[in-house]
Amino acid sequence: MLHQLSWKVGGQQGEGIESTGEIFSMAMNRLGYFLYGYRHFSSRIKGGHTNNKITVRATQVRAITDDLNILVAFDQETIDVNYKELSAQGIILADAKFKPKQPEDCEAPLFIVPFTEIATELGTSLMKNMVAIGATASLLDLDDSVFQSVVNEIFGRKGEVVVEKNMEAIAKGHEVMNELLGDRVGEWKLVEADGKRRMFMIGNDAVALGALTAGVRFMAAYPITPASEIMEYLIKKLPEFGGAVIQTEDEIAAATMAIGSNYGGVRAFTASAGPGLSLMMEAIGLSGMTEQPLVIVDTQRGGPSTGLPTKQEQSDLMAMIYGTHGEIPKVVIAPSTAEEAFYDTIQAFNIAEELQLPVILLTDLQLALGKQTVEPFDYSKVEIRRGKLVNEVEAPEVEKEYFKRYEDTTDGISPRVLPGIPHGIHHVTGVEHDQTGKPSETPTNREMQMNKRFRKLDALRFDMPIYTKSPHEEADVLLVGFNSTRGAIEEVQERLATEGIKANHAHIRLIFPFPTEEMQVQMAKAKKVIVVENNHTGQLANIIKMSAGGHGKIQTINKVDGTPFLPGELHNKVKEMLN
Amino acid sequence: MATFKDFRNNVKPNWCPGCGDFSVQAAIQRAAANVGIEPHELAVISGIGCSGRISGYINSYGFHGIHGRALPIAQGLKMANRNLNVIASGGDGDGFAIGMGHTIHGLRRNLDLTYIIMDNQIYGLTKGQTSPRSAAGFVTKSTPGGAIEPDVKPLELALSTGATFVAQGFSTDIKELTAIIEAGIQHKGFSFINVFSPCVTYNKVNTYDWFKENLTKLSDIEGYDPTNREAAMNTVMQHDGLVTGIIYHDTETPCYQSKADRFDEQALVGQELMMGETKFNELVKEFM
Ligand SMILES: Cc1ncc(C[n+]2csc(CCOP(=O)(O)OP(=O)(O)O)c2C)c(N)n1
Ligand code: SF4
Ligand SMILES: [Mg+2]
Repeated sequence: MLHQLSWKVGGQQGEGIESTGEIFSMAMNRLGYFLYGYRHFSSRIKGGHTNNKITVRATQVRAITDDLNILVAFDQETIDVNYKELSAQGIILADAKFKPKQPEDCEAPLFIVPFTEIATELGTSLMKNMVAIGATASLLDLDDSVFQSVVNEIFGRKGEVVVEKNMEAIAKGHEVMNELLGDRVGEWKLVEADGKRRMFMIGNDAVALGALTAGVRFMAAYPITPASEIMEYLIKKLPEFGGAVIQTEDEIAAATMAIGSNYGGVRAFTASAGPGLSLMMEAIGLSGMTEQPLVIVDTQRGGPSTGLPTKQEQSDLMAMIYGTHGEIPKVVIAPSTAEEAFYDTIQAFNIAEELQLPVILLTDLQLALGKQTVEPFDYSKVEIRRGKLVNEVEAPEVEKEYFKRYEDTTDGISPRVLPGIPHGIHHVTGVEHDQTGKPSETPTNREMQMNKRFRKLDALRFDMPIYTKSPHEEADVLLVGFNSTRGAIEEVQERLATEGIKANHAHIRLIFPFPTEEMQVQMAKAKKVIVVENNHTGQLANIIKMSAGGHGKIQTINKVDGTPFLPGELHNKVKEMLN
Repeated sequence: MATFKDFRNNVKPNWCPGCGDFSVQAAIQRAAANVGIEPHELAVISGIGCSGRISGYINSYGFHGIHGRALPIAQGLKMANRNLNVIASGGDGDGFAIGMGHTIHGLRRNLDLTYIIMDNQIYGLTKGQTSPRSAAGFVTKSTPGGAIEPDVKPLELALSTGATFVAQGFSTDIKELTAIIEAGIQHKGFSFINVFSPCVTYNKVNTYDWFKENLTKLSDIEGYDPTNREAAMNTVMQHDGLVTGIIYHDTETPCYQSKADRFDEQALVGQELMMGETKFNELVKEFM
C-alpha cells in the first residue's frame, strides 16, 4: 500500500505525453485524490524530451516529490534522464518499440511492454498512451471503469467506436501488465481516497476564471509562455458574456488597450511574462499617473531577456515593484496556490478600481502551469467593489467647468466618472495635471497631486497579506517564500517537525506595499529567518530587509537552474544552515 | 443640439501662432456639431507631440496618453463603450514612427473609430528633428546632411493594409476637412485621415504656400470613384500622395465589433458584473 504515488510519463514532445498525463490525472482526481503536476518541456513543439510528473495522494499536496514510483517511458531518453529519481520501490514501464536498455547502475526493475504494438493491433499506434494507462491501472490495481467518464469526454466527439477502442486499449494494457507482474499485482495500490469531486486546474485557469468572475469583459494580450492559457480560456468564454479578447500586435498595445477599456468603465486586463512586462513599463506609469485602473498578470519565467522561457524562476519581483520611470503607487499581489490565485485575481480588480491604480498579479511558471487539485471555489465569497464610481453628475455652476476627476480628497481617492456621462467632462493626461486633469506644472500643484496619489495606498485593505503556519512562539527557524514554493516549504516544515526542529512558515501574499508589521511579528518569533526563492540575488530577502529589517537574521536559499525546489533538496539545505 | 461653440473649452492652446493644428481642432469641433453629437458623447484620444495636445483643447472627454499609443487606448475605449464617438489623433512621428505598428494593425482591425494624423513632416515638440514623413534629402537638426531614408506614404500604406476609409485633408481648407471628418465619424469602421498641418516653426519646406501649389483636390478630378481601391491607389501614386478628399470608402466591410463572435450590441460598460451562482457553478464544474 502506498500513501503517496509519484508517477511520471516521458517521451518526445508532440507524442501525446501531455494527454497521457492528463487522462491519468483526471481519472485519479475523480476518485477523490489530490494531485500536483509538473511539466518539463522545452521551447520547441515537436521533438525534445518532455515529461509530466504527477504526485497523487489522499490528502492535500502542493509539491513535486523528490523521488518517483513509476516511470512510463516512450523513449530511451526518458529512462536515461529520469531513472535516478526512482525510489527503492520504483519501477520502469517502457515501450518495447524502442528496445529499451537498462542503465548499468539502475536497480529499478524494467518492464518492457509492447505499448505501440498493442495499439497498432487495435487500429492505431496513437493509442499507445492508452495502453500505458492500462498498464498503470494494473500496477495500482484500479478498475478500468475509472477511466470511462474521462475517455467519454475526450473522445466522445469522435464517436462511440473511438471511445470503445480507447477503452479496449486500456483493458489490453491492463491485461498484459497483469501477466508481466504475476504476483506483484497490487503492490503499488494507493490508500483509498474520499471520492469527493474537486477541481483540478492550472494556476492560469484559476486566474482566468477569477477574472471572468470579477466581471472582466475585455482582455488584450499577446501570446507568451507561460501566460497564454489565460487568454485562451477567455477567448473561449468571453463571447458567452458579450465580451471579447483582442490578440494585439504587441504588449504595449495590450496594456494600453486595457487602460483604454478601464477608462471606459469596463474591467479589462492583460497577462504576460518577463519580456512582455518589460514592454509594458511605460503603460504602467500611464495607469499610475492618470489613475486608470489596470490589472496585469505576470507569470514569471526564467529571465533575463528570453532567458529560460519554459522554466521556473521568481526574478521579476523588483521590476514589478519599482518598474516604470518616476514614482507611482502600485500594488503587487503574489498568490501561492490556484485557490489563492482565483480569489486574489478578484481582489486585484477590486483594488485597481477602488484605488484607481495599476495592480500586478504576480505568479510563476510552476503555479501558472502546474496542475493541482483545488476545493471547489465558493461564489458566496465573491464580491465586486468598484470604489468611487460616479454615475450621475450635476451641471456645473460655471458653464464648461471641468469635473474634478483628480480632486484632492482626504483619502487621496477622487471621484471617477466615465466618458459618456453628461457634465462629467474632464481631461486625462500623463502630464502632471490639476484637479480637473488639465496640465499644470506649478510646484504647489505637483506636490499636492503627488501626495494625493500616494495617499491612496493607505486605504488599501488586504486580508491575510502573509499566509502563515507558525505554531511556535520560539521557533528555531522561520521559512519564508512567495508563489509556488509554498508546497515545498510546507513539506520541509513537516519533516523538520519530526526531527524536533521548530520551524514556522510565512508565505508573502501581498508583496507591495510590504506588510512590514506582520512580518516583524513573524521574524521576532524565530532565531533565524531563511528566505527561499528562485532567483540569484535574493530579491524577496532584500525587500524584507528594506521594509522590516532583520539584516543579521536573514539568510537565503536561492535556486536558478530553472526547476522548482524539491522538498528533499530544500530540507537538506535548510538543515545545513541550521547546523 | 450642440453647435461647434459647445465643443470649445476655456483652455488656450500653446501652439505657435500660425500652426496648422489650430484648424484641425476647429474642423473636429465643426464636424462633431454637424453630425449631431453632444460634447459628452465624444472622446478624443491623443498621443504625445505638439499635435497630441489637441485632446485638451476640445470640450469633450479627452485622454492625452503616451507617445505613439493613442490608437490602442482609443481601441480599448471603443471596445468598452461602442456608443461613444472615439477620435484618435496625433502627429506623424506618433503614428508613423513609434506608433507605426498600431497604425497598421488598427487599419487591419477596423474598429469603428476615426484616426486623424496631424502631419507636419517633422517632429515639432522635440524641436525639429526628421520624421518618417520628411522627404529624402530633407535637412533637419537630426539630418544635417539631408534625410537618407525615403518618406512613408500614408495613403498607399493605408490602402494596402485593409483600410475601409482613407482620406487626406489640408488644414487651411477647413470646409473640405470638416466634411472629411464628418464622413469619417459616420463611417462604420476605421477612418484613416491624414491631414497636412504645417509646422511654421520647424518646417520651412512644406509650407502653406508649398501645399497650395502642389495639392490636387479629388473633387476636381472628373469621375473620381472612391469605392474603387485600385483606381484610388493609381491616383494617389500619380500625384505622389499630394491629393485631398475622400480617397477610398468601403461601405460594405463590417467593423470589428460586428464581426466579433457574439459581441454585445449594447455598450459593454452597461453590463452587470456579477455572473450569478448558477453560471459560476457551471464554470467550476468544467474543471471537475
Ligand atoms: C517614448 C518616448 N520617446 C520620445 C519622446 C519624446 N517625443 C515627444 S513628442 C516626439 C515627436 C513629436 O513628433 P510628432 O509625433 O510628429 O508630433 P508633432 O510635435 O510634430 O505634432 C518625441 C520624439 C516621448 N515623449 N516618449
Ligand atoms: S512647433 Fe510646429 S507643430 Fe509645434 S506648435 Fe509650433 S508650429 Fe505647431
Ligand atoms: Mg510631426
